[in-house]
Amino acid sequence: MIPSAFEYHAPTSLPDAIALLGRYGDEAKLLAGGHSLLPMMKLRFATPAHLIDLGRIPGLRGISEAGNEIHIGAMTTENELVWSKLLAQKVPLLVEGARWIADPQVRYRGTVGGDISHGDPANDHPALMLALDASFVLRGARGERVVKAADFFLGLYATELQAGEVLTRIQVPIPPPGTGWAYEKLKRKIGDFATAAAAVLLALDGGRVARVSIALTNAGATPLKAAAAEASLLGRALDEAALSEAARLAMDICDPAADQRGDAEYKRAMAGEMTRRALLKARERAA
Amino acid sequence: MANKHVVSFTLNGKEVDVAVEPRELLIHTLRERLLHTGPHIGCETSHCGACTVDLDGMSVKSCTMLTVQCEGASMVTIEGLEQGGVLHALQQAFHEHHGLQCGYCTPGMITRAYRLLQENPNPSEEEIRYWISGNLCRCTGYQNIVKAVQAAAQKLAAAQPA
Amino acid sequence: MGDMSELQAREDQLQGMGVSLLRKEDARFIRGQGSYVDDIKLPGMLFGALVRSPYAHARIKGIDKSKALACPGVVAVLTADDLKPVKLHWMPTLGGDVQAVLADQKVCFQLQEVAMVLASDRYAAADGAALVEVDYEELPAIVDPKKSMAADAPVIREDIAEKKDVGHGPRTHPNHIFTWEAGNQAAADAAFAGAAVTVREEILNPRVHPCPLETCGCVASFSKATGNLTVYLTSQAPHIVRTVLAMLSGIPESKIRVVGGDIGGGFGNKVPVYPGYVVAIVASIVTGVPVKWIESRIDNISTTGFARDYHGIGELAADADGRIKGLRFTALADHGAFNSHVSATKFPAGLFSICTGSYAIPNAYCRVDAVYTNKAPGGVAYRCSLRVTEAVYLIERMIDVLAQKLGIDKAEIRRRNFVQKEQFPYTTSLGWTLDSGDYVPALEKVLKAVDYEGLRREQAEKRAKGELMGIGIATFTEIVGAGPTKACDILGIGLFDSCEIRVHPTGGVIARLGTMSQGQGHATTYAQIIATELGLPASDIVVEEGDTDKAPYGAGTWGSRSTPVAGAAAAKAARKIKDKARQIAAHLLEVGEGDLEWEVDRFTVKGNPGQAKTMKELCMAAHTGNLPEGMEQGLNAVSYYDPPNLTYPFGAYVCVVDVDRFTGEVKVRRFYALDDCGTRINPMIIEGQIHGGLTEAFAVALGQQIPFDENGNHLGNSLMDYFLPTAVETPRWETDHTVTPSPHHPLGAKGVAESPHVGGIPCISNAVIDAFAHLGVTHMDMPHSAWRVWQQCHALGIDRH
Repeated sequence: MIPSAFEYHAPTSLPDAIALLGRYGDEAKLLAGGHSLLPMMKLRFATPAHLIDLGRIPGLRGISEAGNEIHIGAMTTENELVWSKLLAQKVPLLVEGARWIADPQVRYRGTVGGDISHGDPANDHPALMLALDASFVLRGARGERVVKAADFFLGLYATELQAGEVLTRIQVPIPPPGTGWAYEKLKRKIGDFATAAAAVLLALDGGRVARVSIALTNAGATPLKAAAAEASLLGRALDEAALSEAARLAMDICDPAADQRGDAEYKRAMAGEMTRRALLKARERAA
Repeated sequence: MANKHVVSFTLNGKEVDVAVEPRELLIHTLRERLLHTGPHIGCETSHCGACTVDLDGMSVKSCTMLTVQCEGASMVTIEGLEQGGVLHALQQAFHEHHGLQCGYCTPGMITRAYRLLQENPNPSEEEIRYWISGNLCRCTGYQNIVKAVQAAAQKLAAAQPA
Repeated sequence: MGDMSELQAREDQLQGMGVSLLRKEDARFIRGQGSYVDDIKLPGMLFGALVRSPYAHARIKGIDKSKALACPGVVAVLTADDLKPVKLHWMPTLGGDVQAVLADQKVCFQLQEVAMVLASDRYAAADGAALVEVDYEELPAIVDPKKSMAADAPVIREDIAEKKDVGHGPRTHPNHIFTWEAGNQAAADAAFAGAAVTVREEILNPRVHPCPLETCGCVASFSKATGNLTVYLTSQAPHIVRTVLAMLSGIPESKIRVVGGDIGGGFGNKVPVYPGYVVAIVASIVTGVPVKWIESRIDNISTTGFARDYHGIGELAADADGRIKGLRFTALADHGAFNSHVSATKFPAGLFSICTGSYAIPNAYCRVDAVYTNKAPGGVAYRCSLRVTEAVYLIERMIDVLAQKLGIDKAEIRRRNFVQKEQFPYTTSLGWTLDSGDYVPALEKVLKAVDYEGLRREQAEKRAKGELMGIGIATFTEIVGAGPTKACDILGIGLFDSCEIRVHPTGGVIARLGTMSQGQGHATTYAQIIATELGLPASDIVVEEGDTDKAPYGAGTWGSRSTPVAGAAAAKAARKIKDKARQIAAHLLEVGEGDLEWEVDRFTVKGNPGQAKTMKELCMAAHTGNLPEGMEQGLNAVSYYDPPNLTYPFGAYVCVVDVDRFTGEVKVRRFYALDDCGTRINPMIIEGQIHGGLTEAFAVALGQQIPFDENGNHLGNSLMDYFLPTAVETPRWETDHTVTPSPHHPLGAKGVAESPHVGGIPCISNAVIDAFAHLGVTHMDMPHSAWRVWQQCHALGIDRH
C-alpha cells in the first residue's frame, strides 16, 4: 500500500520536464494521471527515485480539430474523451473506447497519453489508435518527431518512446463521413482489462467493404493490426463467410498470455468473436 | 528527515496546509493528518472506491493520488456534504431508501453520487449503475443505492428554480 | 378499549415489530462519522506491519532484523523467538487446533506471518517490513487435498505430527485432521442397493473468500500501570475473543476489554482470532504503548478465513417416480495448514448434516474427511451458516441431477420429495428436528410469479433455435441460530446469548446484547422487538453491543444467530420487565394481576378501560416508594437464552439465465426470491439482507475462486482478479415472502441474512447447468465464469457460427 520514497518534481514547462528526464535518466518516471504507475508503486513493483509530474505543464490538454485531423493533448483525461462533443461527432470510436476504460474515477485522472505510452497491451488506446492510424508527437531534448501508432508499440512495456522523450500530442485522421465504428471489449466485469477486444472502422460502398481497419487489444505483447483479416474483407459483402474468415485470420495473429481471464485458446477464440461483433456493429453504424 | 513539500488546498471550504513526503497518499493525509476519517481504505489496487473524494469537480480515488499533486485543489469529502446542519439530498435519500448497511462504502459512494448528479441530473437506472461502477459494495447489492440516487435526483431537480 | 384507529395510532407510535423502521445507525454513517478500527488514534500509538512468507512451504533458516531496525521510525521487530518467552508463538484456534502466531522454524502457506515490524507510522513500518531478510529453504508443497494423505506426502504440521487427535477424533495420517460422519451408512447402502435409479456426481465447492470491504485489524492497548488490556477489534464475537485472550495471555479476563465498534462487513471473515491481533497485543504489552495493525486487501484475501474448498461426492437413490430413498454425501475438506475455523466440538464439519434439505429422505449418510494443505487456514466463513452452503449446494444440485436422469420436471421432483406441513416438527434421518416449514405454498407462489410454465415453453422454443436459456430452482432449508448449549459450543463455551435491559424513570431504555452487528441493523431491530414487548417507542430505546466491559456475555453475530438467540433473549428480558410492571400496575390500580389486560402500551383493567397505567407511567412508578410490599425498585432485567433448538428458515428461489454460447457469458435475466424467516421484524432490513446475500451468491456462482499454482503460489489474490461485482453486473432482485413462525422461538422469528447466500448459489448454478441440460450435461463446477462456460460450449461444439 505504501510506495517507497522518491523525489517529486512538478515542472511548469516541457523543456524543464525534458531536462529533468535528462538529468535523472532511468531513475525517473513520468507521472501523468498516475493510475497505471501509482498502483505499481504502491505494491513496490516500480520504485523510481524521481517522479516528474506532467500535470502542471500548460498546453498538453485539449481536443481540437486541425484540418482533417483531431489533435488530442497527451494529458487529456479519459473522462474528457468520453464527454467530448467533437469526438462524438468526428471520432466516435474513441468515445466508445474510452467508456470501456476502467471506471469513472480512474477516467477522471487517467490520460490518453499515459494509456498509450505505458506500452501495456492490455490498455485500450493502443489498439484504438492503431485502428485509427493515429500518430504520436514525441518531444525530446533534440526536438520533436512524429511516430505512427503502427511503429510505436514494440513489445511488452516497450515503445518507441526514447529515454528523455515525452509524448505530447496524439494526431488522429478524421474517418470520412459514413465510416462505421465499434470497439467490442469482452471483460470479466466492467473496469477489467480486456479478455479480448477488437477496434474496427468500416466503410462500405454499395454494400461491400471499401475500407476496413481492425486492431486487437490484449492478444499479444503489443496491440495487433489484423492486416490479413482486413485484406480478406475488401470488396466483399459482410456475410457469414466473410465474417468467419476475417475472425479466423484475426485469431491467427494472436499470441495471448494465459491468466485468470482465460487460457490462450479461449482468448484467441474471443479475439475472433470480438472481431466479428465489432465488424457487425460497425456495419450497423456505417452509412 | 525525508524531504517534505508544503501543500495547500481547500478541504470542505477550509484552507489547509500540510507538510508531506512526496510519497504520502492523499487518503492518508486526509485520514491521519486532517482527521477526516470518512473516506475509507478497502484495497490497495485502486479498485474498490471506498476512498473516493471530490477534487476540483472530479470524483477521484484518493488512494491513487499523491498529496503533492493536490496543490491549490478544491476538495470535498463526505464530511462536507452536510451544510448548516442540513443533510444533502443524497445523504437523506440513502437513509430513507436503506442504501447502506455496514456503512463502509457509504462515504465514497455518496461522494461519487454527488458528482454524478452534478454532471447528469436525471440519470436512468442503467446510467446510475454505470456511473457508480467505480464503487464496490458488499452489503446492499446496489439495488437500494440506485433507488437512493434516483430519489435524490428527483429531490434536487424539484428544488431547482423553475 | 380504545377504538381501532386510536389503537393503531398508539401502535404506530411504537414503531415496533413488523415496521420498516428507518435505521438508527445511519446518522453517523451517512456523515462519514462511523468509528471503524482504522479510525482509532491513541496517543503514542505504534503501527505494526507484518512480514510474510513468499513460499507456501519452507523452513526458516534465519531472520536478519538488522536493516529493518536501522530504518528510521522503526522501534522493534518481533519474531517467533520474541513471543516464546510469553509462550505466545503458538495459539489455540477456535477449531481445537493450534496455529503459529509468527512462524516458528517453518512456514506452511504463502503469505504466512513471519515477523512484525513496529514503527512510529505506517510508512516507516512498511519500509521496515521491506528490509527484514528471511532465509528460507523451500519445501515441496501440497496444494491438492487429494494428495494430502498419500503415503509419501510431505508432513505439513510437524508440530503435531505425533498427535493422534487434534480435537475431533483419531487421525490416520499426519496431514489428516478428522473424519466426521452422521446418519446410518448401512441403511443408506441398502437403499442404494435396492433402488430403481441412482445418480452420482463429483461436485466441487471451490475455495472462495468473504472479502468484506473493511479488512481485519485491531488497536491493542496495554497499560503497564493498571495491567489492563484494551483491544479495539474487527470481531464478530468480542466476548469469545476476550475469553480466548485471557486463556492465551494469562492476563485475568477481568482486566481485558474487547471493543467491537463499527465493523465494515463481516460475513464470517471476522470470527477467527488472527495472528496479527495476537502479535499486536504482545507488542503493546512489551512496549507499553498502543499498537495498531491493519491488514491489506491482498493479505485479507490470502491469509484470513477462506470459505468452502469442499470436494464432494453426491449420491441419491430413488424410485422410478423420483422419490428419494437414500442419500450419501461425502466431502474431502481442504482446511489449509491449520484447523482454525469456528467449530462446535461435536460438529467439526459444522452443520453439514442438514444436507437432506427440504426433503423427507428416509436413509442418509454423510461423511467429511478434513485434511491439511499448504494453504491459508479457514473453511467456515462467508454467510455459510457453518457449512450449510456446502450441504445445500449438494442436495439442490443432486435433486436436479436426479430430475434430469428421470426426465421429471425440476419443480415437480421437489414437490414429490418435500417434507409436508403436517410432518413438522420433522426430525430428519440425519438427526435435525426442523421446527416448522410449509414448502409447497412457497414454491407454488414463486412458480406462479415467474410464470414457470411459460418459461419452460420459452426455453423449448429457444433450444429449437440453438439458444441457451436456463431455469434454476432452489428450495432450501437453512439451519441457523447456533445453538443449544448441549450440542453447540466453542472451546467449551456454550452458544447461548444475552440481553440486558435497563429502563429509565422517564421511559427511555438502554439494552445491551452479546451479539455484534457488522451492518445488520441491530440498533434498529432489537429496539423494535423491545418496543413491541414493552410498549415504549423504539425511538427511545438505545441498543449497544460490542464492548465487553458493558454488554452481557454472548457468542456474537455469525451463522444468522442474532435474531434466533439474542432476539429471543431480548424478548425474554423484556417480558421479565413487563411481568414486574404488571405487578406494579396492579398495585397502583388496586386490582389483582389477573384483572389486567395488556393493550399495546398499557395495562387496562378488564371491563373498565378508563382505568389504565401506561408503561411510561410505570417506568417512573418503579423508581418511587409506592411499590408492592417487598419489591425492589427499578425495571431492569437480563436474560441469557439457551435456545432449545436451532431454527430453520427456508425459501424458494427461481433464476432465469441466458448464456452466450460464443463467449460463455452468463446473464441473469431474472431472479425471484421468496424467503420464509418466520416472524419478520423489519421488512426493509430483511429485503436489504436478501439483496446483499443474493449479490454475494451471484459473485460466488459466476466468478469467485482463490486459485493456486502447483507450488502453492496465489494466482489471483487481489481485487484485480477476485470477482466483486459492480452495480453494472449485479442483477435486480425480486423479493417475496411467506411467514411460518418458529414454534419454539419467543417471537416466532428464525433469522434470515444467510438464506439468500445459501439458496442463491445453487439456484444460479442450477440455472446455468439447466441451460445445457438438453445437451446431456448433468453438472458443471463453479465458478461459472465466461471462460469455464465457454469451455463447456466448446466441448459440445456449439460455439461455432
